Amino acid sequence: MAIIVQRPKLKWWENLYLPGLISGMRVTLGHFFAILLRKKKVTMQYPEEKWDAHLPDHYRGAPALVTDDQGRERCVACQLCEFICPPRAITIKPEEIPAEDKWAKVEKRPRAFEIDMIRCIYCGLCEEVCPEQAIFLRKDYAITGTSRAEMVHDKKRLYEIGGVRTGLVNKWNELK
Amino acid sequence: MSEVKPDLVDVQIDGVWHQFPKGTRLIEACRQAGAEVPHYCYHPKLTSPGNCRMCLVETGMPPRPAPGAEPPQPDESGHLPISWIPRPVIACANTVAPNMGIRTTGAITEGCREGVMEFLLANHPLDCPICDQAGECTLQEYSVEHGKGESRFREKKVKKPKNVEVGPRVRLDDERCIMCSRCIRFTDEIADDPVLGFTDRGSHTVLTVYPGRELANNYSLNTVDICPVGALTSNDFRFQMRVWFMRETNTIDVNCATGCNITVYSRQNKIYRVVPRQNNDVNSDWMPDSHRLNFHWIDGESRLAEPMVKENGGHRVASWAEALAKTADKLASLSGAEIAVIASARMTNEELFLVNRLVKQIGAGHVEVVPRLGEADGYLISADRNPNTNGVKLVLGIESPGSGLEGVKSGIEEGRIKAVLCLQENLVEDGGFSPELLGKLDFLLATYPLANPTTGLADVVLPGACWAEKSGTMINVAGRLQRLNKAVEGPGQTREPWEIVRDLIQALGGGNGIYSVTELFNQLASEVPEFKGLSWGQIGDLGISLIDTGETIPAIEREKQRKAAGLIVG
Amino acid sequence: MDWHLLIAAAVKIVVFVFLMTLPLVAMSVWAERRVSAAIQDRVGPNRVGPFGLLQAVADGIKFLLKEDFTPAHVRKTYYWLAPALTMVPSLLTCAVLPFGSQLFGEKMVIADLDVGPLFVFAIASLTVYGIVLAGWASNSKYPFLGGVRSTSQMISYEISLGLSIIPLVMIYGDLNLGRIVFDQAQNGWALLPLWGEGLSLKGFILAIPIFISFIVFTTSMFAETNRLPFDLPECETELVAGYHTEYSSMKFALFFLGEYAAMIIGSGLAVTLFFGGWSLPFGWLTPASPDAEVPFLHGCIHILAFFAKVIGFILFFIVVRWTLPRFRYDQLMRLGWVFFFEIALANVVLTALLLWWLG
Repeated sequence: MAIIVQRPKLKWWENLYLPGLISGMRVTLGHFFAILLRKKKVTMQYPEEKWDAHLPDHYRGAPALVTDDQGRERCVACQLCEFICPPRAITIKPEEIPAEDKWAKVEKRPRAFEIDMIRCIYCGLCEEVCPEQAIFLRKDYAITGTSRAEMVHDKKRLYEIGGVRTGLVNKWNELK
Repeated sequence: MSEVKPDLVDVQIDGVWHQFPKGTRLIEACRQAGAEVPHYCYHPKLTSPGNCRMCLVETGMPPRPAPGAEPPQPDESGHLPISWIPRPVIACANTVAPNMGIRTTGAITEGCREGVMEFLLANHPLDCPICDQAGECTLQEYSVEHGKGESRFREKKVKKPKNVEVGPRVRLDDERCIMCSRCIRFTDEIADDPVLGFTDRGSHTVLTVYPGRELANNYSLNTVDICPVGALTSNDFRFQMRVWFMRETNTIDVNCATGCNITVYSRQNKIYRVVPRQNNDVNSDWMPDSHRLNFHWIDGESRLAEPMVKENGGHRVASWAEALAKTADKLASLSGAEIAVIASARMTNEELFLVNRLVKQIGAGHVEVVPRLGEADGYLISADRNPNTNGVKLVLGIESPGSGLEGVKSGIEEGRIKAVLCLQENLVEDGGFSPELLGKLDFLLATYPLANPTTGLADVVLPGACWAEKSGTMINVAGRLQRLNKAVEGPGQTREPWEIVRDLIQALGGGNGIYSVTELFNQLASEVPEFKGLSWGQIGDLGISLIDTGETIPAIEREKQRKAAGLIVG
Repeated sequence: MDWHLLIAAAVKIVVFVFLMTLPLVAMSVWAERRVSAAIQDRVGPNRVGPFGLLQAVADGIKFLLKEDFTPAHVRKTYYWLAPALTMVPSLLTCAVLPFGSQLFGEKMVIADLDVGPLFVFAIASLTVYGIVLAGWASNSKYPFLGGVRSTSQMISYEISLGLSIIPLVMIYGDLNLGRIVFDQAQNGWALLPLWGEGLSLKGFILAIPIFISFIVFTTSMFAETNRLPFDLPECETELVAGYHTEYSSMKFALFFLGEYAAMIIGSGLAVTLFFGGWSLPFGWLTPASPDAEVPFLHGCIHILAFFAKVIGFILFFIVVRWTLPRFRYDQLMRLGWVFFFEIALANVVLTALLLWWLG
C-alpha cells in the first residue's frame, strides 16, 4: 500500500533556501566555535588518556597463563583450551616434567604454549574450560605488533602478562 | 512362539525375548540385543575372572513350584513367567539358560553400578587433565553414565607408586589402576610372558612387575590398549597428543606378511600412534610392538620430498616432468633386454598391476622383487617380512619371488643389463647389490620414501609415498585381500607409487586414463582372474579371503583353540 | 624573446603555483578535516606536527608510496590521462589571477591577459574532460555514472557561471583582471562600494545586480568544483566514489588535488571579481595608477591580503560543505536550468537597464 507523505508547504522565503542555509550555518558554526574555544570536550586522546581505570571486572582482554602462590606454572598441557578454542588460536606442545623437578609429580607441562592473538576472539572459553585454573583473560586489550610472528604470544610472554594469581584451588598439594 | 531349535535358548532381555546359542555369556547376549552392559575386566579374547563387578545385572528364571503346587503355565507367547532373583549376577562369566530373564536397567542393576563406580573412584586420582587415557577412558565414560556425580569419600586417598617403568615401552601409574587384571591375563594367556601380578590386599592392592623381570616382550604395548584406564601408558605416545584431536584411519600393517589390521591416529598430517584393530581372521586384537612403533621415520629427516636428477656427480631438485622425461628418453634409447625392473613386494596389487604394464610396454628382460625373510615369532610376525608377496605372485606373475635377483646381478656384471628401474626398493641395503655393481649401470631410476644408498647412486630419484600415504590392496600370508588406506599426505611433491608408474608409462608414450586407485582396482579386477568380480567396496575394512595359500597365523590358531575350549568368547 | 620576461614568468609560476597554491591545497585539506571535526565535536588530525599541520605531508607520502595499481579492465591510455587532465587545467587558470600588485616593478600576475575571465572559463571547462575520461576509461558502472553526472552538471552550471559575471564586465568595461582589481582598489570593491567613486548612489544601485551575480557565481562555483551540496558526481551513498572509484595511489591524489586546486582558483576568482583581489579596504595603500611604482612592503601586504581573502573564502566553502545536505539530481538540474540560468540572464538585462538609466 502506497503511503503518501504530506510534504510541508513552504513559505516563499523558505523556498529561497537562504534562511535554511543561515540557520544551518548557525548550528554548525555554533559547534565549531564551542570546540574552538574549548567550551566542550568529547574526544578522549587515546594513547595519553585511557579507559583502563573504568574497565569492568568481567572485561575480557588478552588470555594469559598464571603461576600460583607456590610459584608453580599451573598449566598441565591438557589441551582442552586448544580443543575448545573456536578460532583455533591456541597451539600447545606438551612435555613430561623431568624427575628432578620440584613438581615432577605433576608429570606434564607445556613445552610450548602459543596463542595467536591475530586469531584470538577474546571469547573466554579457554578460561571457562580450563580444569586447572591456569588460563585467565586479563584486561590487556592493546595487543599490537609489527609482524605476524610478534602477534603470536609464546609461553614466556603469556606468563609475563598473566603473572602470579593467588587464592586458587590447589589440587596438586602434598595431601594429594 | 516358533519352535525352539535345540542349540538355541530363549532369553528375555529388558522385556524382549531373543534367541541365543547355548553357552553365550550374558554380556554378549545383552550386547547383541543392543543393551550394552558396562564392564572393565571382561575382554572377549581373555578369560573372565569376574573381578570388577561392573557388569552386574538382575536375572530371573521360571519359578520352581513347591512340592505339590501347580507348575507355572506358559503365557500366550509360549514363555514361562520369570521370577526375578533379588541378588544380581555378573554378566561376563555366566551363560544364558532357557527361559532366562535379564534386566540391564532397574534399581538393583543401577544401584550396583553406582556403588561399584563409587568404590573405584574413591582412590582414583583426579588427574584426567594429564592422563593420556582421557577421552578414551572407560572409567570416565562410565562415571558419566553410571556414576553418582559426587564423592562421599572424605578421607585421604591411598598413595601408590606412580610413573613406574614396568618395561622399556610401558609405564605404570598404580593410583589409576582399577585392578581389572586384563594386562595380567594378557601377558599370561596371550603373550606367554607372565610378569605382571597383584600384591597387597584391599585398597592397597597394587599391580607390579615380578621382581627382577620387566614387561619387555614384543607384545607389551597391547596391555596399554586393553587397559580400560590410564594406568598403563605407552612411553612412545605418552604426552604426545590428546586422543580427541586425532583422526583415525583404518589400514593395515606392512611390516610383515601377516598384515595386522591397524588404525592410524594422525593430526595435521602427522602420525602419532598406531593401534591394532580387531580382525579375528588376521590379528585378533593384537599386534607386535616392533611393527607398531615403526612409523616415526615417516616424518623423519631423511624423507625424500622432491624429484631429483643427477648432474655432475650430484643431485639437483627437478620437476616431475623433467625427471620423467629424462627417464623416458634414456629408456627409449635402450632395448628391452637391457632393462631390468626391480619392483617391491611392499607395493600394493594396484601398483604391481601397473608395473606389469610398464614391463610389457618397454619389453623389459628382467622383472624381480627383493625378498625379505626373517624368523616367524609364532604369534603374529610372519617369516616373510614383505607384506604383499602373494600379490607379487598373482599380479606380477613371478612364481618364486626373489629367485631371479642373482640373474640380474650377473647381467649387470656382464654388461647385458644397462638400466635398472628400482621401484620402492632399496637395492644396496636390502637387495644385496653392491654400489660398485650399480655403478656399472648406464641408468638407475630409484623411487623410495627415504634417502638411502640406492637413491644416492640413482640417476633419477623420485619420491614415492610410504604405506601411510597411499591406498591400495595387499594379499597377506593366508591369502586374504586387505585394503591399505591413506592416512596422511606425503611431504612436498611426493606421489603415490601407482601415480609414478602411471606417469612413467605415459612419458613412454603409453595411454593412461587412470585417476584413482579404485579405478585402477577395477581394471585389475577385470584382467587378473583371481580378482574377477571384486569391487573396492566389497573388500571392506576387514578384507576378504581371496586365495588359499595353506598358511595360517599361529596366534589366530591358538585363539580358535581357546574359543573351542570355552575359555574365551573370542 | 626577452630573457628577462621569461625568467620573471618562470619565477612567478614557481612561486605562485608551486610554493603558494599547492601548499594551500594541502593546507585546505587539513583545514577541511579540522573544521569538519570541530563542527562535529571531534578533534580531527592533530598528531602529525603542530596541530596536525604536517598531516598533509604524511598523506602525500602515503599517496606516493602506495601501489600504483591499474585494474585490468580499464582503457589504459585514457585511464592514465584522466587524472592529469583534471589537475592541469586547475593549475593553468592560476595564470591570469593577479595575486598581488607589484614586487620589484613586476606585476604579480603570471600572464597579464586582457581576456582574464574568458581564459579562466575556457580552461576550467577542460577539467570536465578529465572527469568524463576517468568515468569512461574506468570501464565500470559507478565511475561511468559519476562521469555522466559530472558532465551534465558542469555544462549546466558553466552557462550561469559565465552569464553571472557579464554584469561585472559591463560595469567595469574591462576584461583584464588586473585592471578590474585596480579599479576596485580605488573605487570600492564590487560588493563593498564604500570609498572612491563607489561611494555614490550609482555605486549602491549597481551593487544590487552585482550581489545577484555574486550569489549565482558562488553557487555555480560550488557546482563546478563538485563540492557539497552539489557533489553528485562522486556522492558515496549512491556511486561509491563516482568517477574516481577505480583510482588509487597518486592518480587518485591528482583528482583530489585537482578538486581542491579548483576550489582555490574559484575562490581566487571570486575574491578578484567581488572582493577587490589584493586590495585593502577603503583604498589603503593603493598605488596611484596601475603602472605606478609600489613599495616592496606594500607589495607584500597586497599578496598577503589576497591570500587572506582566499583563505576566508575557502573556509566559507568548507563550512557550507559540512552544513548543507546534498541536493537531489533533479533538483540540481532544475536549479541550474530553471532558476540560475534565467536569473543570470535577467541580471544582464537589469544591469544594462541600470547602466543606461544611470548614464
